[in-house]
Amino acid sequence: MTAQPLLEVQNLRIDLAIGNARFPAVQDVSFTIEKGETLGLVGESGCGKSITALALIGLLRPPLSLAGGTIRFNGKDIQNLSSAEMRKLRGNRISMIFQEPMTALNPLSPVGRQIAEMFVLHKGATWKEAERHAIEALASVRVPAPDRRVKDYPHQLSGGMRQRVMIAIALACGPDLLLADEPTTALDVTVQAEILDLIRELSAAKGTAVLMISHDLGLIANMCRRVGVMYAGRIVEHRAAEDIFRTPSHPYTKGLVASLPLLGARAQHGQKRLQEIEGVVPPVADFPVGCRFNPRCYAATDVCHVDDPAVTELRHGGYVRCHHHD
Amino acid sequence: MAAFLLRRTLQTLPILLAVALLIFLLFSVIPGTFASSMSDDGRSVIDAQVMERMNKEFGFNDPVHVRFGKYVAQLAQLDLGMSFRTRQPVAKVLAERMWPTFILTLASMIFAIAIGVPLGFIAALRPGSWVDTVSMVGAVSGLSLPKFWLGLMLMYLFALVLGWLPSFGYGDGGLRYLILPSIALGVAPLALLARTTRAAVLEIMNADFVRTARSKGMSERKVVQWHLARNALVIVLTTIGLQFGTVIGQAVVVEKLFAWPGLGSLLVDSVTLRDIPVVQGAILLIVLSFLVINTLVDVLCAIIDPRIKYS
Amino acid sequence: MKFRANLLIGGALFGLVVIAGLFAPLLAHTDPVMGANLMNAELPPDTEFWFGTDAQGRDIYSRVLHGARISLTVGIVSQLINTVIGVCLGLSAGYWGGWWDDFVSGLTNLMLAIPSLIFALAIMAILNPGLTSLLIALGLTNWSFTCRLARASALSLKSQGYVQAAKVLGYSDVRIMLTQLLPNMLGPIIVIGTLGMGGAVLAEASLSFLGLGIRPPYPSWGSMLSDARDQITTAPWISIFPGLAIFVTVLGLNLLGDGLRDILDPQSRTRRA
Repeated sequence: MTAQPLLEVQNLRIDLAIGNARFPAVQDVSFTIEKGETLGLVGESGCGKSITALALIGLLRPPLSLAGGTIRFNGKDIQNLSSAEMRKLRGNRISMIFQEPMTALNPLSPVGRQIAEMFVLHKGATWKEAERHAIEALASVRVPAPDRRVKDYPHQLSGGMRQRVMIAIALACGPDLLLADEPTTALDVTVQAEILDLIRELSAAKGTAVLMISHDLGLIANMCRRVGVMYAGRIVEHRAAEDIFRTPSHPYTKGLVASLPLLGARAQHGQKRLQEIEGVVPPVADFPVGCRFNPRCYAATDVCHVDDPAVTELRHGGYVRCHHHD
Repeated sequence: MAAFLLRRTLQTLPILLAVALLIFLLFSVIPGTFASSMSDDGRSVIDAQVMERMNKEFGFNDPVHVRFGKYVAQLAQLDLGMSFRTRQPVAKVLAERMWPTFILTLASMIFAIAIGVPLGFIAALRPGSWVDTVSMVGAVSGLSLPKFWLGLMLMYLFALVLGWLPSFGYGDGGLRYLILPSIALGVAPLALLARTTRAAVLEIMNADFVRTARSKGMSERKVVQWHLARNALVIVLTTIGLQFGTVIGQAVVVEKLFAWPGLGSLLVDSVTLRDIPVVQGAILLIVLSFLVINTLVDVLCAIIDPRIKYS
Repeated sequence: MKFRANLLIGGALFGLVVIAGLFAPLLAHTDPVMGANLMNAELPPDTEFWFGTDAQGRDIYSRVLHGARISLTVGIVSQLINTVIGVCLGLSAGYWGGWWDDFVSGLTNLMLAIPSLIFALAIMAILNPGLTSLLIALGLTNWSFTCRLARASALSLKSQGYVQAAKVLGYSDVRIMLTQLLPNMLGPIIVIGTLGMGGAVLAEASLSFLGLGIRPPYPSWGSMLSDARDQITTAPWISIFPGLAIFVTVLGLNLLGDGLRDILDPQSRTRRA
């Protein structure tokens, strides 16, 4: 008997409505996350990684909507849950950290109160108990002098501190799954590592699985064992992190890897210059026919302009979605 | 908070002084306004001797800057001069007229806030619904209604046809006399508040922190109660403060229509009679009350929004 | 879809008023001022007098048509004056900065502290009633919103690359302001101007109603209403039609302004709801 995965996403489709037309912003996205595992999703902005996370937690808002596929969480389909049932999961079993700590917290509410809400909502705590838990939660994300900080308003805290508050909120109820959407992108480089360490450490301690979303392949490789590379609403390559670096298969992944600055031994006999992938992700309404990467792909041939490539399983695990994969 | 209040109060002083200067200059442009108007209207002709005597009495022969200096010195002692017409101190005349304007303004703002803000809220929570459509069409219509015409129509319907309410006047100062004028005056701020509230709520609805609140597993009701309402309140309060100014200004028309014995009808009468000291005093008092209300609103906003104190 | 409805209905209503104003001499049945005939006093609406007659026996329909000319003239001209003042002050203040900016900002704050109807009333107190005085009073008292907007836009635009480039090329300040800055703020300014026009029509009607604007017997909608008050019991139609005309004009302008804002200035939903 194999252990049941924590999260199973199958053929997820998210539509974007523009006027009366609907376009698939995310299509055929499937992945699983085991209990306590950290999965990475990487891609440029606009590739659909953030809205995938929003779909998992049931927070898609018009003009975006869930248009197909199944999301199975702890063995139970959650994509059709009533909003009341979904609310019991949200924040409690699945929680989320957002990119902008500046705007993600209510500017008119003390941070302690914003943490305490979690205990009132999901643990049936009184406000008084919840305030006490909030201080503990702030201490756990290593905010100094937490008993005083709880009374601070977000504008009195630095970006890194605010993101710590967000993490305290997200992990307050000890969720099974944490969705971290570019948690460090808006922060100073020096603070980034601290925040990532904090997420890694706390999720390990509580056995929380993490879906780490970033445009930064280096960061993802650091945090995750398995990585999904997204492009134009699809996972184009899904593999173990070290394989992605050693033998990238999809031309887009190769481009991403080549665009990373290399350090240490590999830098010495690697390329001299950073490579870039020319062009930008096409807007959802203008996805090209055939392979969606074909306008930017060096390996594109006639077939790529006609046929949408299917999934090919790779020998050492993982899959790729390309006519010309290695 | 006390420091903030003090700073805000000090900020309004130069504005008040500038308004006094502006109003003073405006009425100094045409020398002898009072006397010439008396002879213009053809009813009362003043001979040169009388004019000279009056000019002396009211100090019109001094140069402008001397007169302004005197004026400000008097203002500082709350001496607003003497009415050309009645020879009563302006301060006394104004004091008699303040109360009716105060309750009229207050009643129409309460009417506007009590209906406009909830309406805007409900409309924003159900965008595109019939409540939203009807209230927004109603709001733009309410903004387009001339107040005195609305007042006239209300007067016709509720006082003359139905006979429910008195058609005009202050009466004993009771509520019955207050209803029609405050509705006529309150419809426009009601409409504007409904629109502002709706726009504010819709904007905050898309804010990141509202998404965070939802991601915590909060019901929409709690999202509104715990996070949205306070943020919207800051915008709504600011609008309310600004609307007070418009309403005090517009009260002129409504007071005149309903023969309401307030500052507005005093101002109109004094303008018609060119009783300049009273006009100056009334305008200064109106501006002062507007500034006071906005300072109070700013303090309220600073209590709700801790960021304001520091900016 | 909704903005199209705003624009269409607003445009239609305002167009109706413009046509009424332009062709008033052709459309009117009688002379609006001289057409008095006491034999016809206070007649209710019928096939001959579509909107009825007033206390002097004048045809209200004809007077309402001619009233459109006054309202439109005041609305358009005074708002043009306001817009020119607001743009000149705001644009130069934002672009030049320094003491000039302080001065203009102070002046704007001063203007915002005085309710505009009160200010217009004060100006009317020293001028003689009439059209020219009204244009001055209303044209000088409602430019603060335009000024603020022009200043804010100029501030944010002046650091843009193309403006800096024009500076390097040796364009004069005035040329930069008119050719580089102004075109990029025109949308919101048109919106404020349109909404302000509605406000000016209302203000004209209010002042004329108070006897401080257009004086009887000239057919301003506001002064028609101040006459009508005395006959409200016996002849309510005298009050109804001029008021409706004001309402239709201002509603048209407000809807037009809303519709234009949705197209020209989409991000300003809360700036002035």
